[in-house]
Amino acid sequence: MMKRWKAGKRLVPLFVGLTFLLSACGREDLSALRPQGPVAQGQFDLMKLAITIMLSVLVIVFGIAAYVLIKFRRKPGDKEMPKQVEGNHLLEIIWTGIPLILVLVLAVATVQKVFAYGENYWEDKDAVRVKVTSHLFWWEFNYPDYDITTAQDLIIPTNKKIAFQLKTADVIHSFWVPSLGGKTDTNTEGTINTAWLEAEKEGVYLGKCAELCGPSHALMEFKVKAVSQESFDNWVAAIKQPVEPIQDPALAEVFKTQCLSCHAVGDQGGPMGPNLTGIGNRETVAGILINEEGSNKPFPGKPVKDNLIEWLTNPQEVKPGNHMPSPKEDLGLTDEEIEGIAEYLANVKLNY
Amino acid sequence: MDWLTTVDHKKIAILYLIAGGFFFGIGGIEALLIRVQLWKPMNTFVTAQQFNELITMHGTTMIFLGVMPIIFAIMNAVIPLQIGARDVAFPFLNSLGFWTFLFGGLLLNLSWFMGGAPDGGWTAYAPLSSTTYSTTHGVDFYTIGLQIAGLGTLIGGINFLATIITMRAPGMSFMRMPMFTWTTFVTSAMILFAFPAITVGLVLLSFDRILGANFFNVAGGGNPVLWQHIFWIFGHPEVYILILPAFGIISEVVSTFSRKRLFGYSSMVFATILIAFLGFMVWAHHMFTTGMGPVANALFAIATMLIAVPTGIKIFNWLFTMWGGQITFNTANLFAIGFIPTFVMGGVTGVMLGSAPADYQFHDTYFVVAHFHYVIVGGLVLGLFSGLHYWWPKMFGRVLNETLGKIEFWTFIIGFHLTFFLQHFLGLVGMQRRVFTYLPNQGFDLMNMLSTVGAFLMGVGVILFLVNVVITARKPVGVENDPWGDGRTLEWAIPSPPPEYNFKQLPLVRGIDAYWKEKMAGNKEMTPAEPVGSIHMPSPTIIPFVMSVGLFIAGLGFMFTTDDFGNSFLNFLFNNYIVVIIGLGITFGSMIVHSLYDDAGWHIEPEEIDGKGAEA
Repeated sequence: MMKRWKAGKRLVPLFVGLTFLLSACGREDLSALRPQGPVAQGQFDLMKLAITIMLSVLVIVFGIAAYVLIKFRRKPGDKEMPKQVEGNHLLEIIWTGIPLILVLVLAVATVQKVFAYGENYWEDKDAVRVKVTSHLFWWEFNYPDYDITTAQDLIIPTNKKIAFQLKTADVIHSFWVPSLGGKTDTNTEGTINTAWLEAEKEGVYLGKCAELCGPSHALMEFKVKAVSQESFDNWVAAIKQPVEPIQDPALAEVFKTQCLSCHAVGDQGGPMGPNLTGIGNRETVAGILINEEGSNKPFPGKPVKDNLIEWLTNPQEVKPGNHMPSPKEDLGLTDEEIEGIAEYLANVKLNY
Repeated sequence: MDWLTTVDHKKIAILYLIAGGFFFGIGGIEALLIRVQLWKPMNTFVTAQQFNELITMHGTTMIFLGVMPIIFAIMNAVIPLQIGARDVAFPFLNSLGFWTFLFGGLLLNLSWFMGGAPDGGWTAYAPLSSTTYSTTHGVDFYTIGLQIAGLGTLIGGINFLATIITMRAPGMSFMRMPMFTWTTFVTSAMILFAFPAITVGLVLLSFDRILGANFFNVAGGGNPVLWQHIFWIFGHPEVYILILPAFGIISEVVSTFSRKRLFGYSSMVFATILIAFLGFMVWAHHMFTTGMGPVANALFAIATMLIAVPTGIKIFNWLFTMWGGQITFNTANLFAIGFIPTFVMGGVTGVMLGSAPADYQFHDTYFVVAHFHYVIVGGLVLGLFSGLHYWWPKMFGRVLNETLGKIEFWTFIIGFHLTFFLQHFLGLVGMQRRVFTYLPNQGFDLMNMLSTVGAFLMGVGVILFLVNVVITARKPVGVENDPWGDGRTLEWAIPSPPPEYNFKQLPLVRGIDAYWKEKMAGNKEMTPAEPVGSIHMPSPTIIPFVMSVGLFIAGLGFMFTTDDFGNSFLNFLFNNYIVVIIGLGITFGSMIVHSLYDDAGWHIEPEEIDGKGAEA
């Protein structure tokens, strides 16, 4: 017991130092080392424990190695064979025993957290339920309790458990918001996963797809926007409001036949592509073109209209391999029509 | 022609070395292209599709066609010598194993020129690897190429098992075997159990793709997660199949150049077996995020962490082998000494990854990329370089240049740590793996740039090794039996390079480190266990080569059975399975010829042996 306490005492400064060192790493809204919610925090604590144990192992091994390499170099005078040692039972037991203890310490913490994060809050009345469906290469978020479907920006209230059901519409993806918590794969029908996350502060957190899913795997990003309960309620109300249609009848017709066959805006359109309601003040277009209108601007973006035009002019260039037909090549839209639609969509905003 | 028909383990070793080196080079070029693309954010050096092909082929090539064959090269060159045998148990199969590997590998790489390489990652997860989402023939090349190449590995593994069990010199009990022989033995046993799993998986996947089966198709009642289990039941042991031989090499090199016997020999053997056993128990730690539930995750997490214990035993045994010794710092030993801390770093991150909830954050990020490159490059590749420098004189009769060797070591290891150490942090701050590009301003830019610089330094290190090989090849053959002066095992008791029959008389083994024991007893050579007699040798044969060509043709034919070539003759040939039948006909025909034609081999008579002046 005494020995373990001593070892523990030696680890404390290492642990504290690590916290400072690691927490300086990466962006607050992206890095797993700067947790913004209880799940990520717990995982970060586990990481620190593991790193601390492992660093002490490294220090011991490197120490012995350095000593041996310096002390036992072969010198010109070394003509006699060194003493041949068969082994040493005591030493061997020591270096079997100590790793075993270290592993046990880590194993206890691991098992505890495995069960904590494996908890299913889907039936919890206080939790906000979200069904996540991954598509090549975008994310669909469905709130069954509010009858809302949206895409790319996941709006959640702070300090509430968000219970997820995750599945995929095509290949396997993985749902990951590093600063809120680790990832969970989105499997096919029949093997649907659950997970939960919670955000403590308001803010926008970067989410990524973490399983290779085809050409645009790298670009399959999304944002988690944590807002106050009040804003969340406003958002729920706002997204259900009817959206004003395009004024120009010719353009409205083009929009209806070419865009709304897949996309939904307000109560119109289809569920094939991402829902576009509120795209005017989303964080990004297509998950990667950063909008000036979004709220998370550690780095400047472009006006949403410009981003929309860029996307609509050549979607394959922005996101190779995506399933949207090119408005220009495949659907025959003119530059003016594209600009008109971008202009219109840029003004489809949600106040919350 | 001599090289196409040889069944001599020493020549097959050289063939493995050349072919493995060739594929290692291709894999290395792919790696550099990957790093060039990731040099800066939003780079357009290659397209997204090309990038996915590059990462898939880099992983597949390096594991199956690069390092495995180089391991086999060293095993082939060394094992029969270390156990005092005249060849492997089945020389014909040994040659067959090489040729199936080579033709499988060539088939896989043909995909670059035939409409697209595999693009689903080296793990080829379904449904991404199905025909719906991977529309070129890339994944077909993957499944069929790897089946043919895997056949070679399986044959090689079984051969080494048989060789080590049956052909040890008189007196060499299992507990007197050199450590490299031990790890080869355990590795071969792992190959025996792991490779059938991947073969089954690949067969199922090719059935899905080519014959329209539904093993991994949800709509047809299949399950993609099944592929993950099959793949990793092979894939995890494969990691240990790769690293155990490196453990063996390090044990030999460290002990020789410390002039001490291996510390804790029996615990080393025990640890090796334990690692192999646990290696089969932990496959699902690659799948913590797949959604297996907390119970499975907890069990696999604990099993994974336990591997640290036998691995730790090995590390400390190496350190204490050097303790009290007289360490020589030549190139072979530098690589071995470099291996120890580097591998420990890869090992500790492995334990971290084993902690399932933390793995939810690590999984599929650059942290994992850093981890397994520390194990495979920092462990295995350093081990291979060490082994190559150590046994080069035995294989070729020439010592590699030391000065160049040291420069090569330092460039490689500095480049290595520069490349991969930073990647731990890239993963922790949010960069997923297998991304063809990344947006700027996420905190990834500088680390990626440095990582690319490091990769090129590693490339320089490898090129220097090749330069060293070329320079050395121009020196005359003729180092003595034991060029290091401190050789401990049987291979150092015979000339370098060894004569065709290895041992004029099989040696009598009187303890662990048999040759060293004789030297200490004041003997110049091993005590023979038999009188000089006529030595039976197997005949060279072209049949293994022809059999592999047949498999190559059949594989190619099978892949295109449903294609429309826009040419009626080609359509006729492929769509009616005629090419497949021709290919298989060649293979089975050669098998029949081999069965019917009874070749008893030939003998080397004692007079000839003495004439050559070779000594036992």
